[in-house]
Amino acid sequence: MSTRGNVWIFIEQEGGKIAEVSLELVCKATELAKRLGTKSEAVILGDKLDGKFDVLFHYGCSTVYQIEDKALEPFTVLPYAQALVKLLKQHKPNILLFGATLKGRELGPRVASEMLCGLTADCTDLQIDDFEDKINKANYKDKLMQIRPAFGGNIIATIVNTWEDPQMVTVREGVMKLTTPDTSKKGKIVKITPELSPETKVMKVIERVRKPKSVDLKKASIIVSGGYGVGTKENFKLVEQLAEALGGQVAASRAAVDAGWINHDYQVGQTGVTVRPKLYIACGISGSVQHVAGMNESAKIIAINSDPEAPIFSVAHYGIVGELNDVIPKIIKAFKAKV
Amino acid sequence: MVFVKQVPDTKNISGEAMTPEGTVNRAALPAIFNPEDLNALELGLQLKEKYNFKVIVATMGPPNASEVLREALYRGADEAILITDRAFAGADTLATSYALSCCVKSIGNVELILCGRQAIDGDTAQVGPQLAEKLNIPQIAYVEEVIDASGKSIKARRAIEGGYEILESPLPTLLTVIDANEPRPASAKGIMKYKKAKTRSEVAKQLRDADYTEAAVLAEKETILRSKNLWIHEWDAAKINADVNRIGLKGSPTKVKKIESVVLKAGKVVSIEPSEAGINGLIRELIEDHTLG
Repeated sequence: MSTRGNVWIFIEQEGGKIAEVSLELVCKATELAKRLGTKSEAVILGDKLDGKFDVLFHYGCSTVYQIEDKALEPFTVLPYAQALVKLLKQHKPNILLFGATLKGRELGPRVASEMLCGLTADCTDLQIDDFEDKINKANYKDKLMQIRPAFGGNIIATIVNTWEDPQMVTVREGVMKLTTPDTSKKGKIVKITPELSPETKVMKVIERVRKPKSVDLKKASIIVSGGYGVGTKENFKLVEQLAEALGGQVAASRAAVDAGWINHDYQVGQTGVTVRPKLYIACGISGSVQHVAGMNESAKIIAINSDPEAPIFSVAHYGIVGELNDVIPKIIKAFKAKV
Repeated sequence: MVFVKQVPDTKNISGEAMTPEGTVNRAALPAIFNPEDLNALELGLQLKEKYNFKVIVATMGPPNASEVLREALYRGADEAILITDRAFAGADTLATSYALSCCVKSIGNVELILCGRQAIDGDTAQVGPQLAEKLNIPQIAYVEEVIDASGKSIKARRAIEGGYEILESPLPTLLTVIDANEPRPASAKGIMKYKKAKTRSEVAKQLRDADYTEAAVLAEKETILRSKNLWIHEWDAAKINADVNRIGLKGSPTKVKKIESVVLKAGKVVSIEPSEAGINGLIRELIEDHTLG
């Protein structure tokens, strides 16, 4: 068997803090590498990275490539792309994973275009399998199956990159599960100073404003979510009251966000956050495929909707057909009486 | 220069749009102007008004994608180009961005390229950045507004994770634009004038239908339309000097292995009566299995 490259993860950091999605990808990459008989390796870019990246080893990486340069902090796409492309050409990894974040989706295409590689956006699953290209009569062994929703979430496509490695994808946040870290694991750090060309430094960051997200839905174990069926901003308070009573977190579908009842940080679904709480209560949510994609792995789903035909009932474990301003107070009352 | 795409309206997929085999029947879906491309066009038109840019709109697609170009003309674009050729069919984002880069190069002297962040049929957001790379120019993704474009550089505000930043980049630069402005509607005057705008194929078909077959008639018609600025350029792979090995299926590294329609898990939903007794029972069950409390 020919020597096969390793499985790489682009690690996203902001102020030295590693993005959650990058850790999720380390876990997935480690699983894929095990299946392929190779290793998972991480690449992190920035300036004066303090090297506290043991967590990457704990989740299964064997090597961390640490690329440091003044021009790599804060993130701008040109120097990142050049530094990464150089390293890819040198090490020829088999697979490269990016988080499907704003940064990942800006950088990934730029790198793929320069490498003349395929890139599949926003994957929700990755598997290893053989691929037979019937049109071109070619067979490929152990390729990365890049699985993603398309057509507004109405279809699921499996895509394969048949050109040169790396096989590149961006992966949606929150879909790959974290494994249990092994704190005894250690690995190798390779420090690299990239020689960046002056053309990569033509863009200037004039101002940069970041506010911490108002909510972290992924960490909530109970989520009470409101949709267009809630009707008004006033009525949305009912959803908030239910969340508060149950000790849960309020969230929303895109329709409720678009209606202006709550901000985008609270949106669950394809263009929002993917969640898998212990309990998800969908209030007045019709259940579009885009929304369902972000919540159907919740352990228990209760759907409350006045329309018995609403598609949300087909993914729910419990369905209540009724008006929210009747049902929600009854749930609050029942819960308070029992606890 | 603004790149736009005609897309099936994936946000309004009804039962009829799915075939019995469970695949999407594109023909049954209305074709619309990709929403974020309208935002890109709006930004282009604002820059035209403020800084005197000339706005050229281009799309790659089948012959009837000319419709989005007319819509762009209704709104105030100056010139329209349809990039169409069977050889482009089956292109993934790499092959698409290559073809678009050939189009830009054959125009020359393009200072600013605007694209919508992503199209609602594929949702990849890849073509913009890949086009910038193919042209070897900087890109600013997720642009909300342009702050200044009076000089040799552009200053734009764009979204970043949990906030925004203001970037300055020398021209030429490519921007991908998000849903952060209010696209103007087509003007009545624009529609009156530009509904007559046509591509060569459309004119030829019209003449055939009227039984005129002489090339001279077509040439005459072209001269008239051009003089009234009603000519939509129709460019094929040869016209933009595209390498046939880098376009369409041949130029696409990614292959589709399979497509499945999304079947919502037909799980066993337990129906709960919206009565006090029904809800009390449900809450008791959830407390007992430690989901609640």
